[in-house]
Amino acid sequence: MARRILFITTDQQRFDALGCNGGVVARTPVVDSFAKEGIRYNRALPSNVVCMPSRSSMITGQHVSTHGVWMNGVTLPVDAPSIAADLWRKGYRTSLIGKAHFEPFLDPFALFTENTIATQGVETVMHKNADGTEEPHRGFEHLEFATHNAMGPLHYAQWIRANFPEGADMLYPVINRKLQVNEMGGGDTGAPQVKHNPMPLEWYHTSWVADRAMNWLSSQNDEDDMFCWVSFPDPHHAWDPPMSELHRVNWRDLDLPAGYISDPAERERILSTKPAQWLAWYNGEFVSNFEAPAQWVPNTLTADQVREVNAMVHIENELIDEAIGRIVGLFKERGWWDDTDVIFTTDHGEFQGDFGLLFKGPYHVDSLMRLPLIWRPAPSRVGTTTPTVVNTPVSLVSLAATFAHIAGLPQPAYVEAARLPLNDAEAVELKHERVLTEWDSVLFGKIVSLRTITRGSWVCTATLPGSLHDGTDGELYNLDNDPLQHHNLWHNSEHRAMRDDLLADMWDHLPERKGVRRECDAPV
Amino acid sequence: MGSVRRHAILNASAALVWEFIGRPGALHEWFPITATRVEGDKRWITLPTGIVFEEDILLVDHDLRRFQYAITNNPLITSHLGTYDVIELTPTTCIVVYSTNVEPEVFALAIGAAAGEGMRFLEKKYGIPKNEGTR
Repeated sequence: MARRILFITTDQQRFDALGCNGGVVARTPVVDSFAKEGIRYNRALPSNVVCMPSRSSMITGQHVSTHGVWMNGVTLPVDAPSIAADLWRKGYRTSLIGKAHFEPFLDPFALFTENTIATQGVETVMHKNADGTEEPHRGFEHLEFATHNAMGPLHYAQWIRANFPEGADMLYPVINRKLQVNEMGGGDTGAPQVKHNPMPLEWYHTSWVADRAMNWLSSQNDEDDMFCWVSFPDPHHAWDPPMSELHRVNWRDLDLPAGYISDPAERERILSTKPAQWLAWYNGEFVSNFEAPAQWVPNTLTADQVREVNAMVHIENELIDEAIGRIVGLFKERGWWDDTDVIFTTDHGEFQGDFGLLFKGPYHVDSLMRLPLIWRPAPSRVGTTTPTVVNTPVSLVSLAATFAHIAGLPQPAYVEAARLPLNDAEAVELKHERVLTEWDSVLFGKIVSLRTITRGSWVCTATLPGSLHDGTDGELYNLDNDPLQHHNLWHNSEHRAMRDDLLADMWDHLPERKGVRRECDAPV
Repeated sequence: MGSVRRHAILNASAALVWEFIGRPGALHEWFPITATRVEGDKRWITLPTGIVFEEDILLVDHDLRRFQYAITNNPLITSHLGTYDVIELTPTTCIVVYSTNVEPEVFALAIGAAAGEGMRFLEKKYGIPKNEGTR
């Protein structure tokens, strides 16, 4: 009996995107069914709230300070540890189809292997180890890449341009003439990064990722162990699902999200209680990174724009769920489903209107940090799993050890977190005591650094000295009493002991950065 | 304006290193590009992606061991100044410092990435003095 691991990721998806997590708009029956047959994590958090650092933690099982990918644009070294490589050495067939993003996209000098693999049209490239053995790139013997648009050399972009050249211009132009994230508005409300996309659903990247994954899966033998990472680029902006699907959710029918503060004065008051990067960005006075349009000012965001962005995201989430349903159908047709462990998650969240903001950045709150994570263990491996909810905070850093566990491998020496627990009692046994999240951004002299610990129902963020901070400010929230994180307790003397204990715990357990900080070689 | 800097500390004399990288027409020998063409004070470089940059050679100073150039006539790049210096540390070691200022600022990171590759090439070619470590 073969062991199979189906690892499904989305990009920039909130916890509340799924029906099983309380979402009430997007219909996600396929992913919800994983929760009915497995473990749903109620508070899963990333090591970082942007793509490249978070994804690097998934594959290495390491925190940002250890793997060194401290921001988008910093390449994960080719010889970094990879759980996919461990599985490949054990004989697993390995593939990653969709958005990888361990290396930057912007690459005029053709320096990065993901782009080279796509340009050369090869399945992978082999790298030589110190002992003379060779391994495929990051352990994947089959790689096909996509991102949110049809620019650049990646496979999806090539496919669109070769087969449907008119399709390339149907997608939203995510980058403007200054190579910045585009602020151009569209749709019905003029919301940034929204576009009515006339592209047929069959051309859209969500469909392409599922099609290519199914193509690779169809070529596999029944007796082979398999690790297949299917990585959807959505619901990350741009928000441009095919127009044919807009009927699914009418933005005019949507309630505003619970995290949206309708009264501008109250919104600004709450933002003013947080460290300075919040209000400074909201008012367009300080842009610290490339994660949002540099020319867009959040305080111009209207309630209708929030509704329309949310509608687009809900539609994209439904399309992902249906695409996953097609993949699951193939597993069932092949008779593989009972032998397959499925893990579903994302790399980070999205504001989607919370606090009057969109996109992401140096803001360690649930909007960006609380993520969907579901593990449906293979029935043939562990028997029927009683649906379980784990409330203990867990980190995506645990994924690498979890994949090793499923494959029957010992926990790799390089990982920095135990495998995911099957329940809260096991979370204690496995010492899931805290989750650590790091942020560092340097934008031509503008520096923001945050370090966050999530423990129990508390989230505590320290600012480090930088362009706006002197290292004395921070955020402290009790999620039990303040799920929207509107009440910053950092300066509240009643909670000083808790704050200091959390900080001491965090500094005791954050790994020290290894070596010289690596250069940022691209904006994304 | 985006501004980046890369450097390499090399186990070779400044004169030896400048002899190699102080030739405007030899950029492809150490930088991740595929071709270099020089005509007078103009230079054209071809990137591996096929992109060609036209450049003005602004300064080749064999005393300072400084080279300066600017990408010009480019629909995307509206302002650019690139500089590299070879600075003597000891009679047998030197530091190469490459810096660029460019608009749009995002492109500074891409040029910095290429310059970083160039620095790694020079480190392999000449070696790194003991106690300098590697990056």
